[in-house]
Amino acid sequence: MSIFDDKAIARDIIMDNYQNPHNKKTLDKENTQSKHMASDSCIDDITVYMHFEGETIDDVSFNGIGCTISTASTSILTDLIKGKTKQEAKTIIHNYMDMLDEKPYDPHLLQEAVIFKDISKSANRIHCATIGWRGAAALLGEKIDE
Amino acid sequence: MFDETAVRSHFPMIQNHPDLVYLDNAATAFKSDHMIQVVNDFYLRGTSNVHRGDYGLSIKASNDFDHVRDIVKDFIHAKSSKEIVFTSGASQSLNWIAYSYGLNHLKKDDVILTTEAEHASNILPWFKVCEATGAKIEYIPMQNDGSIHMDDFKNAMHDKVKIFAIAYVSNVLGVVQPLKQMIQIAHEYGAITVIDAAQAVPHMPVDVRDLDCDYLAFSGHKLGAAGGSGVLYGKYDLLENNDPPLYGGGSNARFDLCGNILLKHAPFKYEAGTPNVEGVLSLGAAIEFLQSIGMENIFEHEKQLKRYAVQRLQPLTHVHLYNATSESGLITFNVDGIFAQDVASYLNRHNIAVRSGNHCAKILVEIIGTSETVRASCYLYNTKADIDRLVDALTDITLEKCIEAAMV
Repeated sequence: MSIFDDKAIARDIIMDNYQNPHNKKTLDKENTQSKHMASDSCIDDITVYMHFEGETIDDVSFNGIGCTISTASTSILTDLIKGKTKQEAKTIIHNYMDMLDEKPYDPHLLQEAVIFKDISKSANRIHCATIGWRGAAALLGEKIDE
Repeated sequence: MFDETAVRSHFPMIQNHPDLVYLDNAATAFKSDHMIQVVNDFYLRGTSNVHRGDYGLSIKASNDFDHVRDIVKDFIHAKSSKEIVFTSGASQSLNWIAYSYGLNHLKKDDVILTTEAEHASNILPWFKVCEATGAKIEYIPMQNDGSIHMDDFKNAMHDKVKIFAIAYVSNVLGVVQPLKQMIQIAHEYGAITVIDAAQAVPHMPVDVRDLDCDYLAFSGHKLGAAGGSGVLYGKYDLLENNDPPLYGGGSNARFDLCGNILLKHAPFKYEAGTPNVEGVLSLGAAIEFLQSIGMENIFEHEKQLKRYAVQRLQPLTHVHLYNATSESGLITFNVDGIFAQDVASYLNRHNIAVRSGNHCAKILVEIIGTSETVRASCYLYNTKADIDRLVDALTDITLEKCIEAAMV
């Protein structure tokens, strides 16, 4: 039993990341890569930015319009993968996707991102919980289908 | 008089979902038992193609199919059933007008006059016409409640305007535009008038002769017909003197190997390919059902629901209403501090179906100052109790509750 299983704590983390999202800005360093993620089924419209130093994600951010779930999940993602190597970040993202697919995953890698595990039960919100993560995956050269 | 209980008893979706409050009627409408019966009969007892066979089933199907043209003609008060083209819906109808009339008549620097609140289906085809012809689009200035001042419209009209294309009722704000006067003015400048009536025909009496519009488009599914049925109305001479954008079986009288094609007359030349027979039959049945209630009564019922909703929502200081004054049954709002999609998902947890989004009218953000809204839209089978459920759910909505609802 992790503290993230507590619904009230999960809710507060989402609230906090929605109202005060981390790394929500346009990254304008030289050689920044970006991926625009616009949904044709909902209103989320965000861009994920990454800056690499060799194999390391030196900086990562996002900007745009999104609902609570997409904003909070992308905010948490940026905290998780900043400073990680590309390979480490890919592993984290794959674990997250596995969690939402109700497959085995490593909760230690995902830290507070595990609060989104129940989203898999709300079919219409899975998209929101993954939009930023799929954008990040694309910047890492991974294609993740919805 | 409008008997709410009797009306509701004809909709199996309502019987089968007694706890559901369905307020997404601008997207699509429930089907009446009458319409379902007609389509069912066609599948169980009447299946055949039309205008092809010399056998009883095909003759019966052809007669029933042709009869729907008369039903539609009477419903929108067209002069002749030859002015009724069956399409797959308003989107196809509007594309047909753009590609049949627009592409062949517009030239460089001609103007298509429209508004910034159009549905994609009444703007993207015109973008394509402009791309191909060098014509350009101009927008009539709009008030932030979606209404248009007649002076602004008059000032926007000029000799270069060849097409005036507008929604009768906006799909976002529900404003009923004063079309009759606009069309008259547009005609004084020699412009052709194109009316997107997708959100009008299902809800209010529409009279194309009184409006004097040149073209008008609507969808069947929004008035309770099957998906994939719709209508393009055009004045006969316009239909007859222009070429269809699609060719194939059923639309030609004869052709030869040299490429000479003799097209049938309107409306048939616009209906290449095997028609959506069951869709057309469902359209006839759905219209008959609406007529049995009366379009005036339906419009009055929706207006009452709208007024009731406004009256109940206005005291809620955290709810921002965008269209309190428009008369049709669309209620467009936001809840302060909560993203539209989160509001819609929360309402879904309360078994209330509404739409969140920018409703395909992506340009509208500049007019009403928000990129997304929640839209509740009424139809003849909605009740004040439905509005009460909506208002009650909105009364104590909070961001915390919306997030909890997403986490369940």
